[in-house]
Amino acid sequence: MSARERVAGNVANYVDERTGSAKWLKKTLTKVFPDHWSFMLGEIVLYSFIILLLSGTFLTFWFDPSMREVEYEGSYEPLSGLKMSAAYASTLHISFDVRGGLLMRQIHHWAALIFMAAMVAHLMRVFFTGAFRKPREFNWIIGVGLLTLGIVEGFLGYSLPDDLLSGTGIRIAEAIIQAIPVVGSYLAYFVFGGAFPGEMFIQRIYTVHILLIPGIFLALITAHLMLVWYQKHTQYPGPGRTEKNVVGYPLMPVYMAKAGGFFFIVFGVTAFLGAVASINPIWIYGPYTPGQIGAGSQPDWYMGWLDGLVRMAPPLETHAFGYTISWNILVPGLIIPGIIFTGMALYPFIESWMTGDKREHHLLDRPRNAPNRTALGAMSITFMLVTLINGGNDLLATHFDLSINQIMWFSRIGVFVLPPLAFVITKRICLSLQRADRELVLHGRETGRLVMLPHGEFIEVHEALSPERAYTLTQHEQPAAIAPVVEDENGVRNPKGAKAKLQARLSRAHSEQIAKPTAKDMLEIENHH
Amino acid sequence: MTNEIAPLTDPGLPEHVHRKADVDERAAKKAERQVGILFLLSVIGTLLFIFSYVGIDEDTFIFVPIMGTTNAHQLFLGLGLAMALFFIGMAAVHWAKTLMPDHEVIDVRKEQRSKDEDRADFVATVKERSAEAGLGRRPFIKRTMGLALGLVGLSPILLLRDLGPLPENELNETNWAAGTRLVTDPGDRPIKPSDLEVGGVVQVQPAFPEGKERHLDDIAKDSVLLIRIRPEEFNLDAERFSWTYEGIIAFSKICSHMGCAVALYEQSTKHLLCPCHQSTFDVTRAAKVIFGPAARPLPQLAITVDSEGYLVAKAPFNEAVGPSFWERDSK
Amino acid sequence: MRFLSKYRRHRFAGPLLLLAGLLFVGFGYTVAQAASEEAVLTSSDKATLIAEGKEIFARGCSSCHGLNAEGAGIAPSLIGVGAASVDFQVATGRMPMADMSQQAMRKEPVYNEEETAALAAYVASLAPGPASVTNEELAWERSGDTAEGGELFRNNCAMCHNLAGQGGALTQGKYAPTVMGVEPKHIYEAMITGPQAMPVFADTTITPEEKLSIIKWIKHAENEPALGGAALGRVGPVTEGLLAWTLGLGLLIGIAVWLTTKAR
Repeated sequence: MSARERVAGNVANYVDERTGSAKWLKKTLTKVFPDHWSFMLGEIVLYSFIILLLSGTFLTFWFDPSMREVEYEGSYEPLSGLKMSAAYASTLHISFDVRGGLLMRQIHHWAALIFMAAMVAHLMRVFFTGAFRKPREFNWIIGVGLLTLGIVEGFLGYSLPDDLLSGTGIRIAEAIIQAIPVVGSYLAYFVFGGAFPGEMFIQRIYTVHILLIPGIFLALITAHLMLVWYQKHTQYPGPGRTEKNVVGYPLMPVYMAKAGGFFFIVFGVTAFLGAVASINPIWIYGPYTPGQIGAGSQPDWYMGWLDGLVRMAPPLETHAFGYTISWNILVPGLIIPGIIFTGMALYPFIESWMTGDKREHHLLDRPRNAPNRTALGAMSITFMLVTLINGGNDLLATHFDLSINQIMWFSRIGVFVLPPLAFVITKRICLSLQRADRELVLHGRETGRLVMLPHGEFIEVHEALSPERAYTLTQHEQPAAIAPVVEDENGVRNPKGAKAKLQARLSRAHSEQIAKPTAKDMLEIENHH
Repeated sequence: MTNEIAPLTDPGLPEHVHRKADVDERAAKKAERQVGILFLLSVIGTLLFIFSYVGIDEDTFIFVPIMGTTNAHQLFLGLGLAMALFFIGMAAVHWAKTLMPDHEVIDVRKEQRSKDEDRADFVATVKERSAEAGLGRRPFIKRTMGLALGLVGLSPILLLRDLGPLPENELNETNWAAGTRLVTDPGDRPIKPSDLEVGGVVQVQPAFPEGKERHLDDIAKDSVLLIRIRPEEFNLDAERFSWTYEGIIAFSKICSHMGCAVALYEQSTKHLLCPCHQSTFDVTRAAKVIFGPAARPLPQLAITVDSEGYLVAKAPFNEAVGPSFWERDSK
Repeated sequence: MRFLSKYRRHRFAGPLLLLAGLLFVGFGYTVAQAASEEAVLTSSDKATLIAEGKEIFARGCSSCHGLNAEGAGIAPSLIGVGAASVDFQVATGRMPMADMSQQAMRKEPVYNEEETAALAAYVASLAPGPASVTNEELAWERSGDTAEGGELFRNNCAMCHNLAGQGGALTQGKYAPTVMGVEPKHIYEAMITGPQAMPVFADTTITPEEKLSIIKWIKHAENEPALGGAALGRVGPVTEGLLAWTLGLGLLIGIAVWLTTKAR
């Protein structure tokens, strides 16, 4: 026994005698994680979060979250002598008078954008592969919560420097609060400590941004990860992979090295962006005042769809009995986002009701094998893209020689027309991919080699698929649709007839498939040759 | 409900293929060297970081293609940090990929659902223990506890009451009053009609009495845009026309949609555009909305001149400025 | 000469010779032109300048603006617009317009400096209007305050021209152009004349000194080196978001693919 082994043994002994954790630790260290690039998306989110905590802590050492008016005396000359809030002045101080301050600000902001982008990419991966199915519905809901919180957290961070661009964003947020029926103006006065912009807002959102939401984040992320841990990771289908096992690499040492290394890589890439690409150059924007504005005022990308929705809303307000309801703000600003996020959170339950499938799933779907779900996802993405495009319509107009009015009308119509179109097209594509899979399994790969048969006929030589590949393409289930129970065997009408009918209809749409080849089909083909 | 026809058989995990480094000691040595070099690159990154922090002056600028003239201190500080972090990661991953065992391991998965007897046991325990607490037998305790727990949440909500004052009538009020002079912003100079040419535009605020300071809250409500066109170009009713003065018309600069500053005035079309959501207002028709999400025209301020010939407000705004709210009386 | 004959048949010899020739011709042309310009400016008095301008106008502008600059359906009257307006429109290449689009675009000017001056003199002779200025007269480098200029810019210009002066969209395909790389005198002339959709900023509401401050700020913004790295067009969060998805997440996904493939 070498000296090092002896020390390790002693430490393990010391810890176990006090915690009794030897068995648990052993299990943990040999825990298996499947390997796939798309499983790293969630890790990018986690690591970006850690980068945000680290760089954010650095920024708090100098940031002064106050709307007290000060005269700028720092080293950035084009603003010297101007009146501004202490928040803005201290952000300038971090940028120009703290060495590495600008770098950390930029890393923080880039990390935030990547955090949100990776979160959306992770969400798409989970959705399109069906990883949200039983038993992972809780984790899906936690994920939707994290996404919502992430949008809020990002918006608050963007608002903290109190520059002219972000102040405009706060102004719009205030208008949304104010538009809430009955209590709107009261809520706005409570949030802002009086009339807009008041002198309280920055310090309030500062506490929310650096303490409240990160705290909730930490708790939710912990729960999210514990569930992944406890339920074991899903895996892609393939030979040797079943619903009853996990195939992958052990935590110690391979996964530990890879995941740990990947943290440094994410941090390195974020630092690289912070070094070479300017982000949110608030010194150009100037301090916030409600009387000024810049052309092309945009929110960060994860709010862009919301801004685009607000832009395309029709000019509708209801005036009655001396009261006003602003549908032009409420519908795109609160009602549609509310429907989207609620629908997203409930989707696992909706799908399970549609398919009647209450079993556990640990093997992921290939997106083409769930055409309805994939089409639904494509439809949502199309909706988001149209609204996002409209959120940047002024920039698109100037850069591509278009007019904002054209883009606005394109979006107003497109937001209704394009998503259903995307649904239909995606579903067709999925089905033809299934057909291609079937052909491939039954007849093998086309080799391009032509052979002349003895009687003069030319045929192309097909190379049979390997058993592994053939299995991967055919392992999925093809559940049949639920038959509606309109009457029971005694002829009594099902009291839930309409609901059952709807369920059956949706189930039928959901189970539309190209029959996969079976062992019997394969046998027939073989005999044929 | 599954397809009942027999599926293809699972051929099982493919056979393990050995890496070069597993069978060839030279390849393993090479991989080891590569990992070492990656770690050394990280060391160089840290050295670059330290050098930039200490050695490169903050006012040093260098030319970099694509980026243009760039602050060298910030750039190399960042590149150093990026290198230092990135290559630690690359080294660790390369190490794991080439030298650590790459045998795939199979772990068995159990159903999440507990065994039936455990579940029954659990339900029994809950029933038994809650019976011990006696809640079901003592409805008075149950009800009062519910009441207490329900009400206790009110206190923290009440505590939030002092977050801000009540809006009262403030959202309907501005600092404009009959006779308030219009002054330039910035500059605070009073304006005569002759100061404004046809096709001209100027942002104004109400003149404040000596000693009263203008806060952002005031600007958020008082900002007014003054536009001059030829009087014959107006398409207004008699009342609204009487609110203008020699072709000068005044609108609230705060958008009636979401409160952005509406200031993009096109003198060729006489349209005002809000850059936030592209609501477009026609100046000649009392800021009627001709495009975009805004539902109401911008409030118009009635103006005239005082005895000294300076522009003044004839009356305060006759409606609330800025975005809509529940209590707003939008006639 | 050994050198010449050795490289005469080199494959770069032809292009190099051509380049040298072009450079020579270009240089000679510039010198000759500068000389002729000087000659015109010293020899022509005001009356001939106006006459010359009238002639150019008749040839190049009257088809839209009318024979006497009285305007027509498609083009406005130029009576009273002043020399400043002509100098801005013609010297930035906006006039004559290339096509009947929503808006005249900045391009290579059609008329040279003296022709522009003649045109300006002719239009100014029709009715009084704002006079043109020269870069030397402006002296923005000496007077003016950058910080105050920034404040004025954000109050009066940024709503159309963007906070960083990059330009922005107006209604129906019109746009406010970027103010980066524009000559100081043209910025000044635009403010006093209000070309196309742009409103007029009279000297009474923004004083001439304040205008110089605005120019000073614009020039500062134009020449400011990248303080935080590549500026990404300075158009705000749209390009930032695009870069975060492509370079940021794209790079990380690329690395994740490498990380999860089996080594050989």
